[in-house]
Amino acid sequence: MSEKKKLTICLMDAPFEQARTVTALRLVDLALRRGHDVTVFAYEGAVALSFAKQKKHANAVHGCGVEEEDHPLPREWIAGLFEVAAQGDAKLDWINCGLCVDERGVEEAVQGCRRGSPADFWGAATGSTNTLVVATR
Amino acid sequence: MRALQIIRSAYRCTIEEQDDPALWIARAMKGAGASLAVLLRGNAVGYAVEGQDATGLSIGTRAQTRPPSLDQDINALIGGGTDVYVVAEDADERGIDVLGFAPGVKTIPRHELPRLFAEFDQVWHW
Repeated sequence: MSEKKKLTICLMDAPFEQARTVTALRLVDLALRRGHDVTVFAYEGAVALSFAKQKKHANAVHGCGVEEEDHPLPREWIAGLFEVAAQGDAKLDWINCGLCVDERGVEEAVQGCRRGSPADFWGAATGSTNTLVVATR
Repeated sequence: MRALQIIRSAYRCTIEEQDDPALWIARAMKGAGASLAVLLRGNAVGYAVEGQDATGLSIGTRAQTRPPSLDQDINALIGGGTDVYVVAEDADERGIDVLGFAPGVKTIPRHELPRLFAEFDQVWHW
């Protein structure tokens, strides 16, 4: 492994509406697998990515029931990222902007996520090799 | 650590949030001790224009009583010690006169951006 790094990524988009978040989560996955510590600051609609009440659904257009469709859920991806971190020598810190959570009523997050503020974001960025902002367009 | 905040996407949710989230978090982090500057480019150069007015919105029976004031948010940033830059060519392309900018806003030509970037440890793009 190359030298261990700390990376901070800010996500801003709500789930199920664009491809930026998937790309960002793939970067997080790769960084963790390579042993780098990652802090994710979920801002605005991105706080719903970890919402624990996301549900899979059937898809009549696809002709699939719930199990066969196996609809991807961001909360499951995030839980999987925590598992990858735990299996290796990397740390994932997932911070949901508290005010953004309150606006959207998505308090229930998957295990491992925590509530925070812009001060936490700045603190993480200050201690990181670099910071990537993936903003809503 | 110093971080330059480049803001391009403008007015994306300013009615619902009563501000721009990138400007808001810059002010919040500044309050937490961050060392920042803001660079407005693209449509976000409009944030620097003084006197913009978003009052008067009603949806159904619900009136917006506290609309966003992006120019006042820019003034507050500058008043708090944060440098705010505007890309000169982006203002020109939109017919925005720099004389209408809030006091303290600095214009910078595109060819000087690399020099500006070099003054910061991190560059974030919103």
